[in-house]
Amino acid sequence: MTTLAHSPHAHAQTSVGQVMGTVMLALTPATLFGFWLYGWPAINLWVVSLGVALLAEAVSLKIMGRPVRGALLDGSALLTAWLLALSLPPWAPWWLAAVGSLFAIVLAKQIFGGLGQNLFNPAMAARVMLLISFPLEMTSWIAPLPITSAGAPGFVEGLAITFAGMAPADGMTSATLLGHVKTELGRDIVLPQALGSYFDPATFMLGQRAGSFGETSALLLLIGGLVLIVRRVITWHIPLAMLAGVALPALLANWIAPEAYLAPGLHLLSGGLILAAFFIATDPVTSPNSASGQLLFGFGIGGLTWIIRTWGGYPEGVAFAVMLMNAAIPVIDRYFKPRIYGRDRKGAALAPAKEATR
Amino acid sequence: MNVASEPFLKRLLVKAGLSSSLHKLRGGVHPEGRKDLSAEPPIRVLPMPERLYVPLQQHIGAPARHLVGVGEVVKKGQLLAASQGMVSAPVHAPTSGRVIAIGDFPGPHPSGLPMPTLTIEADGLDAWIDADPPADPFALSPEEVATRVGAAGIVGLGGAAFPAAVKLNLSRRNEVRTLIMNGGECEPYLTCDDRLMQERAAQIVEGIRLIAHATGAGEILVGIEDNKPDAIAAMTKAAAGGPVKVVKVPAMYPMGSEKQLIQVLTGQEVPAGGRAADIGVLVHNVGTAYAVQQALCLGRPLVSRIITVSGGAIMAPGNLEAPIGALAADLVRACGGLREDAARLVLGGPMMGTQLTSLDVPVIKGSSGVLALTVQEVEQTRPGPCIRCSSCVRACPMGLLPLEMAARIRAGDPAGAVDWGLKDCIACGSCSYVCPSHIPLVHWFNHAKGDLAARERLKMKNEATKKLADERSARMQRIAQEREEAARLRAAKKAAADAAKKAAAEAAAAAKAAAKAKEEVEA
Repeated sequence: MTTLAHSPHAHAQTSVGQVMGTVMLALTPATLFGFWLYGWPAINLWVVSLGVALLAEAVSLKIMGRPVRGALLDGSALLTAWLLALSLPPWAPWWLAAVGSLFAIVLAKQIFGGLGQNLFNPAMAARVMLLISFPLEMTSWIAPLPITSAGAPGFVEGLAITFAGMAPADGMTSATLLGHVKTELGRDIVLPQALGSYFDPATFMLGQRAGSFGETSALLLLIGGLVLIVRRVITWHIPLAMLAGVALPALLANWIAPEAYLAPGLHLLSGGLILAAFFIATDPVTSPNSASGQLLFGFGIGGLTWIIRTWGGYPEGVAFAVMLMNAAIPVIDRYFKPRIYGRDRKGAALAPAKEATR
Repeated sequence: MNVASEPFLKRLLVKAGLSSSLHKLRGGVHPEGRKDLSAEPPIRVLPMPERLYVPLQQHIGAPARHLVGVGEVVKKGQLLAASQGMVSAPVHAPTSGRVIAIGDFPGPHPSGLPMPTLTIEADGLDAWIDADPPADPFALSPEEVATRVGAAGIVGLGGAAFPAAVKLNLSRRNEVRTLIMNGGECEPYLTCDDRLMQERAAQIVEGIRLIAHATGAGEILVGIEDNKPDAIAAMTKAAAGGPVKVVKVPAMYPMGSEKQLIQVLTGQEVPAGGRAADIGVLVHNVGTAYAVQQALCLGRPLVSRIITVSGGAIMAPGNLEAPIGALAADLVRACGGLREDAARLVLGGPMMGTQLTSLDVPVIKGSSGVLALTVQEVEQTRPGPCIRCSSCVRACPMGLLPLEMAARIRAGDPAGAVDWGLKDCIACGSCSYVCPSHIPLVHWFNHAKGDLAARERLKMKNEATKKLADERSARMQRIAQEREEAARLRAAKKAAADAAKKAAAEAAAAAKAAAKAKEEVEA
């Protein structure tokens, strides 16, 4: 009883590890669905991603002379790698996951000073790096092939696909909706035709479509996201603003020219939007402090995503949009502060309101 | 209530009964109450300890000046020390007995530093002085009520211990319209106000009416958190038919903070750097109202208070009516003593109370609780890096950005933290409480506030020193000048004198010569 402690002498039952753990738990349904949908190669990819991230985190901490054990247990490196893995093509080669994890942990996080210091979302920075450096591997999609189905690769075959670069059979490859639409529009084919039978809302909601291994099931991701909101790990501001940021311009453009612009529903259920809205843009380190700043941040990501998807060179723009808005956070935080009690928005003390209220 | 400035929608909702007429508290946290530990047993009177240690400073402001000497026999309620200065409060004898020492004794402060204290040996009779309560205290003028409250040594019993009479006079000058009685008691563990309201509601209501009489406030609201239904019922019953209105407010920390309670009950905010009186509001604690009633109706000055003794490491938690100056150890002993797993002793509540290094310190007028907490309750973990989750931003009832302020203080820039609102921080501890990285944010803030105050003092001292030095050099210069002047004057005087002498000698010689010549002629 000799050490002195400052108040408060009580603390909420919470820790960084617990926060990260809750997020990982919320990701689990969508991840298990991805395992089932894409089979052993996806599982391998996930394991490689997380393993390399842990190793990279440990080595970085060791080099910097920081305590390794506690930082590894806080789960932040695992979560980063997990999110990265979910955003990769499910049958991607192992080195894609390894390079991505290494980049995310060492260059995007530890170089900046470790947990809490990074400017950019590590998972998205890695995804962007991979997309620019390895465009072919990053856009080789696979048609859903549940692990229980006849043609699905077994354990050994899965290892061969992930680690030995065994190419999937021709019939198995597929394009994502956004990629397909981009190609077709490029060939001057108008939308209703281009879409054909590609889009079925129910399938897209459940997730039985081609795409990144953890991004396809909007339903399961939504459930996970709602868990996070209910458990108060995140607030509704960023996800809602981000979805609105995509849906509003999409609605407007689609209403003006339905043959050239995708409907908002398609936008919302495609690509990595739902995953990013609930799990990536809400990363505490790389999101603004105040509720109003978060609304702007989310809306900005959504709007940029729509712009990149519609007019950019890449079919999917979530990762770019997140990084661009990450860069804007210092400015957002500077101008979007909560109003202080007893002061007006500009920070001047309120006038003694005696006369005014009589 | 100030409904006119309310948004139209809110007014409609209130009218339709769809929304409570209460306003929202920004931020806030829901710490585990743990009030059940001490809430059940009725208030017990602490058996009079053999010795009481009565500090001369138990309030904000100047310490009282002692009027009694060692060996003097005093009665309970006798004036021991008089207030001095504008903001001060007198101290009275908490029991009858003999003053056996006047000197330093460890104070109830984390430092354990000694403070001027009167030690009284109780004679066991606990005999009151002859009281002279007015026949009808409501017939007294408001000024007289305030004077008597001041003379009874009453200070804010919610914890801040600001002299009550000073606040009453200030309120009268500012024409306060709304009197808010704080029965929030939002600190976990503490149940002293809860028990007091349950057991002595009539006296409290009478005290409230006296305070209203002293200030001229027309609207009287008692805010009580909804986790104290028995207290609400007792107070509502006692207040029935009178001007005092009991309002149920949601249980949320820091509801019992003056600024927050005003916001919830009136929708108004105290201007930054200002006082509640600036917006026509006065806030007092319900315990203070009880003390006012005792002083005006019974002529008894403030010599005891209700103190919660609780925590996981107290054998039999409860509330004690303890004389001022009893040792914390006396209180703990009366509650069955400490369990072996006591990890931390706290004076006050766990959110804003201070740690005690020893139980051998006296309880004073502002002491609301003595807590002995176990390791599990304290939940102390090594702080980790800030992950910018902004939990602290959402928890802050003042709308501040604790993470940004802490970052600046860490970088050695407390002045930068002021730009982010450090001076508006009320140190409620909500941010520290919710931080998943267990960063002691409030500790940083209080450290920075102290640092800034020290810098301010140093600056003032430097300025004073410089002024003195400047004055000295001016003075030296003046003296040197004066000396020079004097020397010059002296030299001139001497020269004049010499010249006069010479002239006189010459004149004498001339006269002599003339006389001689005349003699010669005559001869």
